[in-house]
Amino acid sequence: MARRYDSRTTIFSPEGRLYQIEYAMEAISHAGTVLGVLATDGVVLAAEKKVTGKLLDLSVAKEGGYGGSGEKIFLLNTNVIAGVAGLTADANSLINYARSAAQRHLFSYNEDIPVEQLAQRLCDLKQGYTQFGGLRPFGVSLLYAGWDPHYQFQLYHSDPSGNYSGWKATCIGANNGTAQSLLKQEYKDTVSLEDAIGLVLRTMSKTMDSTSLSSEKLEFATLTVDPETKRPQAKIYRPAEVDALLAKHGLAKTEDTESNEMLSRDGRLVMR
Amino acid sequence: MAECSFGLIGKGYVILASDTTAGRSIVKMKEDEDKIKALGPNLIMATGGEPGDTIQFAEYVERNLRLYHIRHNHTLRPSSAAAWIRRTLADSLRSRNPYSVNLILGGYDHTTSTPNLYWIDYLGTMVDVPFAAHGYGAYFALSTLDRYHDPEAPLEEGLETLRKCVREVEKRLIVSLGKFKVKIIDRNGMREIDL
Repeated sequence: MARRYDSRTTIFSPEGRLYQIEYAMEAISHAGTVLGVLATDGVVLAAEKKVTGKLLDLSVAKEGGYGGSGEKIFLLNTNVIAGVAGLTADANSLINYARSAAQRHLFSYNEDIPVEQLAQRLCDLKQGYTQFGGLRPFGVSLLYAGWDPHYQFQLYHSDPSGNYSGWKATCIGANNGTAQSLLKQEYKDTVSLEDAIGLVLRTMSKTMDSTSLSSEKLEFATLTVDPETKRPQAKIYRPAEVDALLAKHGLAKTEDTESNEMLSRDGRLVMR
Repeated sequence: MAECSFGLIGKGYVILASDTTAGRSIVKMKEDEDKIKALGPNLIMATGGEPGDTIQFAEYVERNLRLYHIRHNHTLRPSSAAAWIRRTLADSLRSRNPYSVNLILGGYDHTTSTPNLYWIDYLGTMVDVPFAAHGYGAYFALSTLDRYHDPEAPLEEGLETLRKCVREVEKRLIVSLGKFKVKIIDRNGMREIDL
């Protein structure tokens, strides 16, 4: 019977629920994990990439752009980066909207948009699809890591219903429950950026399905404030930098786990 | 209209001063007009220009900044408020009926713990300045301010510099502007004092 109310995204079911929104959130909990931790001197974001493979052309991610492979972590403004979980096409549209909103704020007020305000703008848009009929809601959750002079470093989470909330450490996507309970155990309010990076990498390696981490499966970014200019500084790691970071924390994959496909001694392909 | 307003920054404060005469043609109609409007807990603005426009524009700005405060739980920083006001004036200039308003904006930025002062005119010009003057008084007072202003001066010294400006205007300007109203903004907010 529930299906009677499914096709209309904006119609309440008799139990007072909006099924399409709930399905969207369910879809997100199968998407690649995105994890964020707030430190005293910065914010850390990490994300699990799902679109991988030997034939995927990642040459652009290696050199061009501003870092990252453009699947999970994006620069929204000089002071905000976001990690997305859910439908990538929907996310691209939201990121485009967020970037415009940030530039409009800069145009009117000659300052970077405050982080919460940017999260709010996106949530206003997402909320619209839970109320006005005919269209499907955005199947995307986001983590926003940012800095502004009002509240310094901040981490927000928003979901398809248009709700948002601020966090010290949180996780969206697959295995978010496991990751959150790990974070709850290990997080301390006084955590430094260096320790937060370690915490994020350790938690990611425990929650991701694959046993070893590499730039093929991981996107990574930090947001700090430049000690000289006092301006926020977003750094989205390039693949080589991700691998170097993993090696530093002893989480890089070793040579013999280089690929899931390996030739056995007699030359046959064995899957592991 | 012979009008005049001053602004200057000192150590942790901004002083705004404005004449208090309201008149039309050769007639003085009022000599206790308050031309310095509080735009929020940490921002004040001295207005001059077309009499109706000044009030209309000041109220428009005040209410928009108040709306921003209510919506976002914090006020705009003085630099952002100044940018918004400038843009509003620049847009107005390019409309059918532009506002003829000149402004001096003073504020205290709690995020950086610094006083800010902006000189803005009806053409949408904005300058971030250590001291400012609008009106006929500017011709006499700017040289005085250039000589005596110190951005690190304590309040009493800043007020003394302002008195010098007012005295200069009283002495040299051919019309009398009457009393000056003086408002100070610092980390504790806004207050009015007698010069």
